[in-house]
Parts: sequence; structure tokens; C-alpha cells
Amino acid sequence: MNHNSNNHSLLSVSGLEVHFAVRTGFLTSLISKNDSLVRAVDGLGFSLGRGEILCLAGESGSGKTTTGKAILRLIEPTGGEVLFKDEDVCRFNRSKLRKFRQEAQIIFQDPYESLNPRQTVFATVAEPLEVNRICHSIKEKEERVEEALCDAGLSNPRELFIRYPHELSGGQRQRLAIASALVLKPKFIVADEPVSMLDLSIRAGILKLMVDLRDNKGISYLFITHDLSLAWLVSDRIAIMYLGKIVELGDADAVIKSPMHPYTKALVSVIPVPKRISLIGKTLLKGETPDPINIPAGCRFHPRCPEVQPRCRVEEPFYREAEPGRFGACHFI
Amino acid sequence: MKLLEVQNMTTYYKLKEGYVRACENISLHLEQGEALGLVGESASGKTTAALSLIKLLPENAQVMGGSIRINNRDIAGASEEELRSIRWKEIAIIFQGAMNALNPVRRIGAQIVEALRIHEKMTEKEACYRAAELFEKVEIDPARVREYPHEFSGGMRQRAMIAMAIACSPKIVIGDEPTTALDVMVQAQVLQLLEQLRRERQMGMILITHDLSVVGETCDRVAVMYAGRIVESGLTETVFEKPAHPYTQALIAAFPNIEGERYLASSIPGNPPNLLYPPAGCRFHERCGQAYARCSEEEPLAVELSNRHNASCHLLQGRVRI
Repeated sequence: MNHNSNNHSLLSVSGLEVHFAVRTGFLTSLISKNDSLVRAVDGLGFSLGRGEILCLAGESGSGKTTTGKAILRLIEPTGGEVLFKDEDVCRFNRSKLRKFRQEAQIIFQDPYESLNPRQTVFATVAEPLEVNRICHSIKEKEERVEEALCDAGLSNPRELFIRYPHELSGGQRQRLAIASALVLKPKFIVADEPVSMLDLSIRAGILKLMVDLRDNKGISYLFITHDLSLAWLVSDRIAIMYLGKIVELGDADAVIKSPMHPYTKALVSVIPVPKRISLIGKTLLKGETPDPINIPAGCRFHPRCPEVQPRCRVEEPFYREAEPGRFGACHFI
Repeated sequence: MKLLEVQNMTTYYKLKEGYVRACENISLHLEQGEALGLVGESASGKTTAALSLIKLLPENAQVMGGSIRINNRDIAGASEEELRSIRWKEIAIIFQGAMNALNPVRRIGAQIVEALRIHEKMTEKEACYRAAELFEKVEIDPARVREYPHEFSGGMRQRAMIAMAIACSPKIVIGDEPTTALDVMVQAQVLQLLEQLRRERQMGMILITHDLSVVGETCDRVAVMYAGRIVESGLTETVFEKPAHPYTQALIAAFPNIEGERYLASSIPGNPPNLLYPPAGCRFHERCGQAYARCSEEEPLAVELSNRHNASCHLLQGRVRI
């Protein structure tokens, strides 16, 4: 399947922008003329096929979570287009948005924070059904909740109904969060670092569950993570973000095994492997991701780029298809 | 030379319901210039073990027994006064959240100067000079000693914490998840810095982490903890290549390896036990795929598999030292 052609894709994002105005004091606003903007997401595009897992990877501050939220309009995008089943999400009115959010769900990072501690398991999972007035009888509701809990891999769901989140383990909590996303039978899920709070030994179970749901129910994922080895394990394609833009996108194996962009190369070089490898003498990128208020001119990666050329300081590289199915934004790929 | 030798250290927390057996029978040692990784999942007792070493435990904790020798000096019965002279100068700790460990309303430089004045009895001027030197050592512009913690990025704060930890030239540094909250690239930078400092100053280092990759990148030896006990220890290479305990095997199998095959390993079923009521026998038996009757009855003893490679599992009992 060609994931890049629009005809097959479930979601197609182009030129997405999320800019936040920075509140400045009165005096500062007198001195400086232009208001400063945090350009959290600064024009990015990709498409997501049906049943595809696309991973959005990058360091903190790269705008990956903002992208995920903007697609669901949990944060209003300031520009660009988000096509879901060929309809522009940004133009949806309230009732259409509500319909859209039944099909598109989000799972958050921290199952300790994202669940209401005073709601039972049943109330947590049934809430989306109530908000959307989907079930009319209690029996029907119970069945839907039971099914969702089962789908999320929780055994004996009926016994869990009256439990509270604090009675569950970390893995069970994340499964509960997944169940409350699944109860509306979505087609698309934004998974924002769904396993980074979990211990290594229970991570695999959650990841497997997500992949199984894709295989059995055809759910597409936008999988957000900072962990490239995880991205490589679960996703079909990987998009690497840096300062609000995608710098490289391609097949998961290709991006990890033969990265094109200098930033991707640097990230791949620090992916840990289960071996004793000393870091002494290893060349690492200097510094940290710059402030998205003052995005460097030219290529935004140039101040940290080990392969920087004079051209990079002045001219911003286009995001283009370098090889079939592989996109990148660098002058030298 | 052995910098640190711990034998059968046991620490419990007293709760209303009883004792939480956070760590039991911990034995480890550390040589000069050596790095030891203490890995385990959350609630495996790794932080308790570290805090027991420098007696920074909360009030309801009780060290129930065992000996802790730092530079051949038993600190198990040391007074608070004696402990104060050991901390910083002989053993220092780097905590996980630098924002919580640093005082937010004092300049970072001033916090280092304070430590130097108290522990090294330096004058203000000497201490300031030294603080600037330390900043240079951890690759921060010395001009920034006058800034506050919030003006630093996450990676720089962790560097400042490292500068503080090495201020009084301790022989042992304990890092409690020193890089957990950091980005991958910054994490690599901080780990590289720690390794450089360790080699330069021949410090012994104990790194506490849940992340096996940190161990692989920085530690010579590793001890794997599960439910309050050390289940396996050995040279990092040996443990990675030939894990002997079923728990270690599962942990290493769950570690994604980009040089290997692309597949999702199965997870360990169940959850770590509640240490208020730990299971009898081997603490891992409820989750172990290879458990048999004996595992739930009898506690396994450590078996020496090869030079410096030990694991506690009944399955290994028959295997003699190679």
C-alpha cells in the first residue's frame, strides 16, 4: 500500500501551524515592536494511512505533543489543514467536531494523572458513551464497557467495574486509559508517549496490545515518543521532528538503519544497545534544542549541525522527497 | 582498594500495617575508579539501598542490620556528626530531579560556595574561585555561577548538580537516576561527562537506574535488584551476554536492540510483589515462567557462576563454577 497517496490515507496534514503569543509586560511591549511568538509547530505535513502506525519522534520541545493535540483540535491550530477522511477538521463546527472525536481519540503519557482518581473503572470507561449519548439502556452500556476493557486486555472486566484507579497497577491503569479510548470504537488514536512512565517489563505488553488493535480493528496511530528504538519497534514509518518541523520522514527501518538528515544521524548514534559501550570519545551533539521563540535563521538545525555549510546559515532547506517514500529537509540529501 | 563494602544490609520501612521490606541482605562492594550499576524497576528497593549507604533515609526507615564500610570505616553505628563529615567529602549523591534538589531562591554558585565553606573550611574568595573552576569542569560557562536554577536548562541543572557533588572531591559518587528526566542527547552528554570525571579523578561510582542502557554505557559491573533483593550481579558484558536469572533474562529480552531483529518481546506477566507481604521462597516465583515447587518454598542462595558473576536462582544450583 502506498501510504503517501492521498486517496488511501485516513489523515492528511499539510502546513500545520500552532503559534502561541507570548504575553509580554507593558514596558517590554513599548520597547520591542513585534510581539514574540512561540512557534511550537511551524508548518509540517504528513499523511497517515488506514491501519498505519506513524511515529512522531523528537526531543522535548520539538512540538510533537502539540502536533498531536492540534490534529484533534485540543489546541486550535493557527494555520494549515488537517484532512480526516477528506474533510477539513479545522473547519468542523461543534457537532461535526463531536462526531470526529468519537473516531479520533488520544491516550496520554501518565496513567496516574490522566485518570480521575474519584471515578470507578466503570464510570471512567462509560463517560465517553454518556457524553456522546450512545447507549440508552444500562445493560447496553455495561456490555460496551465490558467489551472495551476486554479489548484493552484486562481480564475479569466485570470484577473491575467498581474499582478505583489507585487499586490498579501502572500497567492496568494504562490499559484502562486505552479502554476508555476504545469504547467509542475509534479509527484513529494519538498515543502520546503511552509507555514512557511504565517499567520495561510491562511496556512490551502495552505495545503489543496497541499493535494487535491495529491488526484486528484497523486502528491507525500517531505514536508520539522520544525513544527511537521504541519507534522502530512499533511503527511503519517514522517522522523526526526538530523545532516544530519534520526534518526526516520515511520507512521505520530505513530511517533507523540509514538516516539521511544530520539530526537523525546524531539521534540514531545515541540509541542504546544492550552491550557495554563506552561513551568516551563519542562525538555528541552540543547543546540543547533552542528556544522556539528565537528559531535560528536558515536551516533551524544549523547551530548544532556537525555538517554545517555556509549555505545552511542563510537559506532554509525545503522539505522534499529525496528518495521514493523518504522525505527530508536538508540541503545536502 | 575497596572504597565501599556493604554486607547483608537490610532496610525496612515501618508503616501502620507492618514493615515494608524495601531491601534485604544487600551485599556489594566498590573499588577505586569503578562504576557499579544498580538496576531495577520501580519499587525494587534501589533508591532505598543507596540512601541507606549514606544514611539519608526518611524517619520511618530502619536499617535492621548488616555492615557498611566506607574506606574501611564502619558507618553503621556512626553518629550524625561523623556522618556529616563523611557526606560530601567521602561520598556524595546526585539526585534525579535537579530542580527539586537545588534551592530555587538561591544562586547556584552560592549553593556550591556554601558547601565548600562548610565542608572544606574555605574562605569565601577561595570557594568562589573553586566554584567557577567546577563550572568549567562540567562545561558550563563560569560566568553563569550567579544565575538561579530556573535560568538553567534541564541538562545544565544536572551538570550543576554534578559540579556540586564533586565539589569536595569525594571518593564515591552515587547517582540516583541522574539522567532520567533528560532528553536522549542531553542524557548522553551528562553520562559522558560523568564517565570523564570518574576516570580523571579515579572516583568510585554507583549509578542507580531503571534503564539498562545507562548501565551499558557507563558501568563496569551491574547488580540487578528485584523486590528488595539483588538477584544477579556481574561484569556488565557478562550479564548482558549471559544473563542467568530468569528476571534478568526477561529484562534484557525486553530491551529493544536496533542491531538485532525487529520484534516485540513478550512482557513479564503480573506485577512486582507488595513488599509488606513478600511471597515466600524466591520473590520472583509468581512471575517466573520456569518456577517449580521448590521456588515457592525455599529462598534461593547466590550461586557463583563464573568469576564475579553471581545469581540467586534454584535452577542454577547444580551449575558449578566454570
